[in-house]
Amino acid sequence: MAILTQVEKTYHMDSVSVPVINGVDIVVRRACFTVLMGPSGSGKTTLLNMIGCIDKPDKGEVIVADCKVGNLTDDALSDFRAKNIGFIFQNFNLLPVLSAYENIEYPLLLAGVSAKKRGERVLKLLDAVGLGDKAKNFPGQLSGGQRQRVAIARALARKPKLVIADEPTANLDSQTGAAILALMRRMVERYEASFIFSSHDPYVINAADDTIFLTDGTIRGVRRKGADDVP
Amino acid sequence: MMTLTLAVRNLLRNRRRSLATLLAMAIGATSILLFGGFSTNVNYELHTRHVQKGGHLQIQHRDFYLYGSGNPTAYGIADYTNILAAIQSDEALQKMVLVATPTLQFSGIAGNYAAGVSRTIMGTGFVAEDINRMRHWNDFDLRTKAPLSALEGAAADAAVVGTGVARVLQLCDALKIERCPKPEKEQKADSLALPDDIAQLSLQETPAASGATGTNPRRIEVLVVNARGAPNVTSLEVIRAEDQGIKELDEVSLMMRLAQLQQLIYGQTSPKATSIMLQLRHSDQIPAAKARLAPILANFSTKQPLAMLDFRALNPFYVQTMLMFDTIFGFVFVLIGGIVLFTVSNTMNTTVVERTVEIGTLRAMGLRRSGILRLFVTEGALLGLFGAVIGVALALVLSVVINQIGMPWLPPGNVELVPFTVNVWGENGMILGTTFGLICIAILSAWWPAHRAARLDVVEALRHV
Repeated sequence: MAILTQVEKTYHMDSVSVPVINGVDIVVRRACFTVLMGPSGSGKTTLLNMIGCIDKPDKGEVIVADCKVGNLTDDALSDFRAKNIGFIFQNFNLLPVLSAYENIEYPLLLAGVSAKKRGERVLKLLDAVGLGDKAKNFPGQLSGGQRQRVAIARALARKPKLVIADEPTANLDSQTGAAILALMRRMVERYEASFIFSSHDPYVINAADDTIFLTDGTIRGVRRKGADDVP
Repeated sequence: MMTLTLAVRNLLRNRRRSLATLLAMAIGATSILLFGGFSTNVNYELHTRHVQKGGHLQIQHRDFYLYGSGNPTAYGIADYTNILAAIQSDEALQKMVLVATPTLQFSGIAGNYAAGVSRTIMGTGFVAEDINRMRHWNDFDLRTKAPLSALEGAAADAAVVGTGVARVLQLCDALKIERCPKPEKEQKADSLALPDDIAQLSLQETPAASGATGTNPRRIEVLVVNARGAPNVTSLEVIRAEDQGIKELDEVSLMMRLAQLQQLIYGQTSPKATSIMLQLRHSDQIPAAKARLAPILANFSTKQPLAMLDFRALNPFYVQTMLMFDTIFGFVFVLIGGIVLFTVSNTMNTTVVERTVEIGTLRAMGLRRSGILRLFVTEGALLGLFGAVIGVALALVLSVVINQIGMPWLPPGNVELVPFTVNVWGENGMILGTTFGLICIAILSAWWPAHRAARLDVVEALRHV
């Protein structure tokens, strides 16, 4: 679903250059639950941003959904993201002025989906994430777990091929985090979307199909469920 | 549709800030409209005053406007009665023209023989009945009414003078003019005093001193040069003094009946008029009336060159005054527009900073830069629209209150106090222009912050704390 080849990225802050990704190769498999595991500052978010087409590598190539995204214009990248990629954020990032229903509906509006189809899709997703009765609630009226469920439903609204989640359970208590993890796992199976998310919580490894271990911008190992660890 | 919904809800999100911005815009709009309303009222007052006094159009000898003040009677229109008849018989003009009347200007010397004083004057002879009909013209429904000429129904030798003329001719007591100071007589130095015998003779020549009784103290003598260049004198009875509003005019004005004046200047020869004044039903009929008059005048222009002048050309002061008001209005608009620009821009800048993460999220979800730009510009436009609408409503209400109070003030050139009036109701052009202008300013001021928001780096925006 996503292939990163010899990707490098350096951040420049004033006169200081900080290399964050050093020649990384990653393959995100179709309809798999992939975890980027590593400590803070290991480059997880930067890699997710590049896979999510909101950041570009200094070197190397990024292919998402069979498309080399490096040469796309900003508008083309926006359209590409809208069509192929869903985002789930650590802080949920729901639009506070829209209800749960409208938040999920928004990506469909961007795509110009008809009102009837939008309605069907949103209600189906709300049911899928267990919030059928919270459609009219605004984010401020929902708990953290409920907000993240809305965010998951929003990410899946346009049936994306890839869902990016940056530490989606970091702001949730362990019980809610586990529930969200289980929900994402179910969504992978139900919607056949590839989920890739970052975490430094060892618990999530058990839920993942693939785990990529990252330290200081370098891959230290890859674990694929049912296969031997790749160093 | 979603952009509009988002924009409205985002404005409601921070109600206090939006309200403060709206209030700033509303007060700006109200100020612009109230000043515009005042300016419009001044325009209507001046417009009405000039049309009541001189009509919308005047037919004159081509050179009268530029050279006539030197010797008005030299530029008389010989065929004016025929021209008037032609105008009055024209079907199209009949529908437009309310009053068509001749006037005759002259210059001469007015003297109060009894008081031993005289002064040069600029006089006008007119048909008082027509002039009074003209003074009823009130196309803008103003609250003030023009005073009517006292010459209507008066004797043939009646005259009205400016209060300045009355003062110089020492007619204040006779005409019972208030606030009319008399000059303090200087003690003549012995060397300048008349010899006793001549002084005695002079005293005997003075009617009052010589014991003449029954002399009318309001009687003056007017000396003019007649059409043949010879001096001619008539005696007139001043029945009223009217303040002309402008000192220079007030000290030379004398008005009398046209027939009396024509008799004085033209004697037994065929009389002339220096102008034919045409008052139309509405001022916007001027171009149509001009077009209709052109062929009529062409028929009479073979003997003498004639010209049509509208009241704007005849009264450059009016045009200059309105130009000044328009300039001040423009300046006020720019000033308030600048404040609105700064206020909305400040609000939008704060909004962009506060919603940076939201911008990043929308961009990550696939909203293009243009979508972000559209969202924030829509918010600015809505601020402009609502601010202007509130401002218009406020101005409409305040204009009613101000007009009800009717605070008296004296506009320049006026002789009577008029109620302070602002014309906002019905001034749709001004209201729409102000609303549209403020929306444009709000959009302009929102554009830069919106542009900045649209150019934000997605990753940086999402990372914003």
